[in-house]
Amino acid sequence: MSQQDLQKTGFHIEGIRKQFPVLRESAYGHPLAYFDNAATTQKPQVVIDAINLYYSTYNANIHRGVHYLSQKASQAYDNVRTGVATFINASSDKEIIFTRGTTESINLVASTFGKKFLKQGDEIIITAMEHHSNIVPWQIACESSGATLKVIPMNDSGELDLASLNSLITNRTKLISVVHTSNSLGTVNPIAELIRIAKQFNIPVMIDAAQAMVHEIIDVQKLDCDFLAFSGHKMLGPTGIGVLYGKSEWLEKLPPYQGGGEMISSVSFEKTTYNEIPFKFEAGTPNIAGVIGLGAAIDYINDLDRELIHQHEMALLKYATTQLKNIPGLRIIGESTNKEAVISFVIEGLNALDVGMYLDTKGIAVRTGHHCTEPVMARFGIPGTIRASFLFYNTTEEIDRLVKGIHEAKKLLGS
Amino acid sequence: MRESLTIEEIEGQIVDEFSLFDDWSDKYQYIIEIGQKLPALDVGYKIDENKIKGCQSSVWLHAYNKDSKIYFEADSDSTFVKGEIALLIRVLSNRTPEEILASDLKFIDEIGLRQHIAVTRANGLASMIKQMKLYALGLASANQ
Repeated sequence: MSQQDLQKTGFHIEGIRKQFPVLRESAYGHPLAYFDNAATTQKPQVVIDAINLYYSTYNANIHRGVHYLSQKASQAYDNVRTGVATFINASSDKEIIFTRGTTESINLVASTFGKKFLKQGDEIIITAMEHHSNIVPWQIACESSGATLKVIPMNDSGELDLASLNSLITNRTKLISVVHTSNSLGTVNPIAELIRIAKQFNIPVMIDAAQAMVHEIIDVQKLDCDFLAFSGHKMLGPTGIGVLYGKSEWLEKLPPYQGGGEMISSVSFEKTTYNEIPFKFEAGTPNIAGVIGLGAAIDYINDLDRELIHQHEMALLKYATTQLKNIPGLRIIGESTNKEAVISFVIEGLNALDVGMYLDTKGIAVRTGHHCTEPVMARFGIPGTIRASFLFYNTTEEIDRLVKGIHEAKKLLGS
Repeated sequence: MRESLTIEEIEGQIVDEFSLFDDWSDKYQYIIEIGQKLPALDVGYKIDENKIKGCQSSVWLHAYNKDSKIYFEADSDSTFVKGEIALLIRVLSNRTPEEILASDLKFIDEIGLRQHIAVTRANGLASMIKQMKLYALGLASANQ
């Protein structure tokens, strides 16, 4: 669907762009073209306002104060937990744990699950396209327990070889942790199918949904995943706030992650008893402003016509893919038929950093390097890529600027 | 000519050259131009022990001393980083260890380069400066 066709359906890009103040900024005298959405998305005014309002009118510590402000803040905080539960269709608020982000959510599970359930000779399965944050926590858990890490391979298009899963699973497989949408390739993995296979063997599955939340509708009950991790800042919310969803049956079984206030039921020097979930996993004063900002981001997303938004993003992906493929020497890394609007590419004879820095001089924000997925780069035999990741507020005109910029960079840098 | 100029004087020259450019785009293109002119490092020196790994680019630094002075040669897979290298070599090569150790390389700030590189772990400039100084320190200690 072209941008003109989309507008006929009621998708008004200018109206949407106006809601994101950063998009009005310029860089070195050029209007900003922001294509680093997989790293972090920009924030709509409502999110900024919600955080501002909290600090300006009802800042207080939560759950312990008897006073008006504390009650107001506590209620706002608790409402967001309910909002998150509804957003991903969790069966209960208590299955929603607030964390600092996807990384902390995965570390929480790897650490506590590892402590409780991993023994010498056990196995954890991940995939070849994981972000470092879904590799290293499991390596740490394996190191301390004597378990081993196994990896589902991928093909040259950047798609998982799901057929190999059956042969990787053994009676020692304790958990499968897999990325929903690859940050460096854009691949959307067949999560539902993977979970279906895992469930045949009664193996719990954790999903890294950091890249998925803003693009896809996630229903944890329908997916039947056991854990799901995501970050606020990759879905229009603030940095420093994330979510771990866990089925309550698992969360009840896992030991606490950190000790401190809020997570206890009673403390004495002889014996401390822990609070019930989700509080057992939320030690200390939480990121209240972050939670409130996340709540506003979810409200904003809920108000969007998500089907239409996704159509626009797919139109951007198709347009950009076609345009980029016309550039001689340019190779797209990650050509799955099921992708989000992320394009990683390399240009023959050119260094990714040089190209990224050139585009920056023209006000075009891309990311270069290994995108915290070094094993993915090794799989494709490249040191890094240039990555343009799109969101619904991007336009085809911005993509035209990207393409023009790449042509200019090629000329300047001599390819 | 070169022999008579101090590190500060060379830095001053670089600052003057960059003052001709109004914006970052022109500075970027100038650094690329310098990088393209930097002679490639002999492959025999492009070995792991000479490699300074940055997050997004690699630098190979070869240092040697002759007549109490240190000489640097370097290369990178990024043309921009090669441009930075060329600037550093212009300032720090053919110097005594003492001169190198005393240098504060203010030109990097003055030409506006630091803000474009310091915020990232993108290239090995900081590591490269550290390596150059370490080499000078090693030689200075050995001379004592």
